[in-house]
Amino acid sequence: MTKRKKNPSTVQRRLIPSYIFLVIWSFISVFPLFWMITAATNNTVDIARGKVWFGTYALENFRNLLAAQPLWKSMGNSFLYAITQTLLCLFICSLAGFGFELYADKAKDRLFAFLLLAMMIPGVATMIPLFTMISKMGMLNSVWGFILPQIATPFMIMMFRNNSRNFPPAIMEAARIDGQSEAGIFFRQYLPIMRSTYAAAAVITFMNAWNAYLWPKVVMTDNKAQTMPMLIANLAAGYTIDYGVLMMGVLFCSIPTMVVFFVLQKQFAEGITGSVK
Amino acid sequence: MNKKGKSVRAKERRAGWIFLMPATIMILVMSFWPMIQAFITSFKSGKGSMLTWANPWNFNYARILQDKIFITSLKNTFLYLIIEVPIMLILAILLAQILNNKDLKFKGVFRTMVFLPCATSLVSYALIFKSLFATQGLINQVLMSLHIIHENINWLGTASTAKAIIIIALIWRWTGYNMVFYLAGLQNIDYQVYEAAKIDGASPWSTFWRITVPLLKPVIVMTCIMSINGTLQLFDESVNLTNGGPANATITMSHYVYNMAFGQGVGHFGYSSAMSFVIFIMVAVLAFINLKVGDTRD
Repeated sequence: MTKRKKNPSTVQRRLIPSYIFLVIWSFISVFPLFWMITAATNNTVDIARGKVWFGTYALENFRNLLAAQPLWKSMGNSFLYAITQTLLCLFICSLAGFGFELYADKAKDRLFAFLLLAMMIPGVATMIPLFTMISKMGMLNSVWGFILPQIATPFMIMMFRNNSRNFPPAIMEAARIDGQSEAGIFFRQYLPIMRSTYAAAAVITFMNAWNAYLWPKVVMTDNKAQTMPMLIANLAAGYTIDYGVLMMGVLFCSIPTMVVFFVLQKQFAEGITGSVK
Repeated sequence: MNKKGKSVRAKERRAGWIFLMPATIMILVMSFWPMIQAFITSFKSGKGSMLTWANPWNFNYARILQDKIFITSLKNTFLYLIIEVPIMLILAILLAQILNNKDLKFKGVFRTMVFLPCATSLVSYALIFKSLFATQGLINQVLMSLHIIHENINWLGTASTAKAIIIIALIWRWTGYNMVFYLAGLQNIDYQVYEAAKIDGASPWSTFWRITVPLLKPVIVMTCIMSINGTLQLFDESVNLTNGGPANATITMSHYVYNMAFGQGVGHFGYSSAMSFVIFIMVAVLAFINLKVGDTRD
């Protein structure tokens, strides 16, 4: 028994099926994205011929994309909406998570359980009343129209609440004895100590805001206010699709989320699972 | 001293309420209130903002039962749910189990690659799959050159293959996402439990079913609820991969609700609200069943 255990080559040999499965699945995972990047550099004819390598049409596709859609405007919109939503959502939800966990009592626990029910409300159900509300407030096609329904989510509050358990109550007592106000404790003690939770929450909120599609499609009725996912959907809506230009658009839409993914993968994974702990 | 202590406690309690108020108000105004309004609107008929009470009161709900497209969208959504969710979750748990092996090499690289599809937006990957499976697309080219098929298949223009591609695309996008949950769950299981099972002579199969699955049960329930919730609200893929076509054969419930409310020249807000309320009930009922089935305190 011990002999089998100590022989590393035997261990690796027994893992061969695992490696094969992982290689196949990794290929399946990566290939469509690799193809998207190569297709952005090819013209439609080459793409239709099944070329799966980099071509020389990147610049032309880019120029055609600029001619077809307001690329910079949409990129700017997407960044504006996603960053504003991230900042506000993090502030409001962390404040709530702090309040629910560190000032917990029975009434607050009940309120929290009630708020969690909002998780079950589907986006299409609130879409029509929210559209009416936002348009009455004159916020169609504005950053506020985009972010207001997403500023406080049960998921984010739960994430901050659960992670607040790691915040030592002794620090609060010490700060109180030092004469700090409750708000001061939040800003001076809680914020810096919880920064890894903030990082994970920021990544996941930014990703969700950048990728949102249904709500922006409802609330952004003007072409000038459209987001990147809306832009690429428009590119694909015609009868004849230029696949090179389309994939160039998809590439632009994917660059920010890809960068976030590769740089902050750990925070992203933490953000996804953040509320489960 | 005692009095001072009491007033501090009251001040603290008030501070706690102030901290959680903004988020609470936002959720009440932006989720619960619209849900109530949707329920009220579901008893109205007319177009856009010109709504009157429906006559009879249950007109919209009666209409749902007669609506062939809604029935199709319901069947489609459940077809995607029943086929996609089990395959995806089993693949995810399998990948997590493999990646959790401490002898495995290149763990980080594999994990990144399996996780990578999550870095693309739903619209992006829908359009990538749409392009790959286009009649003149890469998949047809490859199958032709391998002589598996002899003429281009219109994948997205045929109801059955279009549904299959939506399912494949969903599995591609979400398996890595769920894998992350299972990996996090597995890492919380003490490795000694497995060592002990090995010493007791348990096979990998029974170790998996008797140790891993029971210990992962809360995570499994959680991912089930999320996947069911997400699939019932499927929208981006239906719109961008197939546009619900051919002839509404692949349309999802959310997509149909959207079309009825905001599609060109429609604006049936009352009817759309009634359908969306039906979706809400389904999400709630399925989540409840899931929690009951997953309850470990039986």
